[in-house]
Amino acid sequence: MTNDAQGTAAEIVSDGPSVREMVVNVGPSHPSTHGVCRIITHLDGEVVTEADLVIGYLHRGIEKIAENRTYLQVVPLTDRLDYVGSMYNNWAYSRAVEKLMGITVPERAEYLRVITCELQRVASHMMAVGSAGNDAGATSFFVLAFWIREQVVDLLARLSGSRLTYNYVRPGGVSFDIPEDGWVEDLRALCKKTPAALEELDRLFFGNVIAKDRTKGIGVLSAEDAIAAGVTGPSLRASGVDFDLRRDEPYSVYDRFSFDVVVGESGDSFERSRCRLLECYESLRIIEQALDQMEPGRTTAPSIPRLIAPPAGEVYERIESARGTLGVYLVSDGSVRPWRMKVRSPAFTNLSVVGTLAVGHTISDLVIIVGSFDPVFGEVDR
Amino acid sequence: MAIIDDLGQTLEKMPGGSVILTSFDALLDWSRGHSLWSQPMGTACCAMELIASSFSKFDLDRHGTFPRADPRSVDVMVVAGTISRKMAPAVLRVWEQMAEPRWCIAMGNCTVSGGIFHYDTYAVMPGVDSFLPVDVYIAGCPPRPEALQDAILQLRDKIRNESVAGGRTYEHKLLLPTSSPRVAIEDRGESA
Repeated sequence: MTNDAQGTAAEIVSDGPSVREMVVNVGPSHPSTHGVCRIITHLDGEVVTEADLVIGYLHRGIEKIAENRTYLQVVPLTDRLDYVGSMYNNWAYSRAVEKLMGITVPERAEYLRVITCELQRVASHMMAVGSAGNDAGATSFFVLAFWIREQVVDLLARLSGSRLTYNYVRPGGVSFDIPEDGWVEDLRALCKKTPAALEELDRLFFGNVIAKDRTKGIGVLSAEDAIAAGVTGPSLRASGVDFDLRRDEPYSVYDRFSFDVVVGESGDSFERSRCRLLECYESLRIIEQALDQMEPGRTTAPSIPRLIAPPAGEVYERIESARGTLGVYLVSDGSVRPWRMKVRSPAFTNLSVVGTLAVGHTISDLVIIVGSFDPVFGEVDR
Repeated sequence: MAIIDDLGQTLEKMPGGSVILTSFDALLDWSRGHSLWSQPMGTACCAMELIASSFSKFDLDRHGTFPRADPRSVDVMVVAGTISRKMAPAVLRVWEQMAEPRWCIAMGNCTVSGGIFHYDTYAVMPGVDSFLPVDVYIAGCPPRPEALQDAILQLRDKIRNESVAGGRTYEHKLLLPTSSPRVAIEDRGESA
């Protein structure tokens, strides 16, 4: 609060435009900004009249560091971009390198990538939906959602050796084949029992009248505005735009699965969170189909050199991450290090509409709007 | 009586059982060590493990550690995640808002030394101990939640040996590079 905002009590309680504007600083260390975002809010009473987002508190210069590393050394760096969905960053980067090199990835590796990335989508969405619920006051809902995430993360840790930063998808394939300790059976069991848990979550929060009152009609993003701002992923689909790269521009082996694209209608905070929850069902469907179709074989392309030196050129590859269209633009000058790496971050683009959406809502709704876009600041600031 | 046993040899039971004698230090350190409320200063990847450690599977709460996002009511700050040069003044400011006695846990390689960003980036602080007095370091990128539990237990051991008479001094030197305009001390007023 700035000093000039401390008006007299009479000024504050008087209705009408004479109430002086108050500036409240939210963040960068605030539990509800989902990371290190700073929002300078101008308030008229409780109502937000202006919200300025200040980002860059987690800027680590990953794109610049990548210019000093060899192509394979960049993969662990991409883990730290979107740390809730590390697999996607690995995959998008690996696809860009493979396209640059002209590498064909073995089929089993493609299936493993699909399986791990869909698992990652469930884990990421559970984090997003849970913390969005937490913002609305539903802490027990967050705990239940996180329990599903823990089970998924356990499986990913058994496969890749790490709970969060996997370094699993690499140029040319994946780092490990499925372990022989009943991993597939455990995954199938998870796919069977998780839908019931998701239904419970759906009923607990999205069927709850308090949660509905709190999130419906808050931060309505129209389809036109969403497209104009470049919003992608579940945040775009919640506004009623039927766009999913997995179906519309099928990469990898996504054209072999049947799944539905979850599309919402109203484009408010409720819809955005619920779309994420419903997408988890489709992810589980894809995983089951992939497990059925997968056949034994290599998991890395043959003769990938330790020191990759792709021919000079530039590529752009994009995939559908949990937050939207994740693109990696790579420029090679023929040396062993990328000349330039640029990440098209969905979280950054989605966050750009938050400031305008919050205007007219109360400051408690601002928290819900930020949460419903599921920003991950490792990816926003890079 | 297991918790009382933690007081160790400084505890003396009087005949009859309802009166115990102990030193003020031992009682104070015991009570402080068993209710370490934490300020989750989660900025990046480690914050996910910080959240996971308080939830169902790991349940850090059973050690008396409860995350409170309010610097006035906490005892220990868990710095989890990369601290960039832009973020460092905000972290320091939250630290200064905490009441003494206060402790700091550096969780993850980034907070220990800068981690994988140590060598060739312009944007990351080389460890939070360059501007905060760190009590326990946890290595890992990110560390598992069990490692955070271990850190809490280690911190409890450390607190057990503290004395009110000796006093902990927190006159840490401000080692933020003032040559950089982003982290100049004058700037601390406007952030956070």
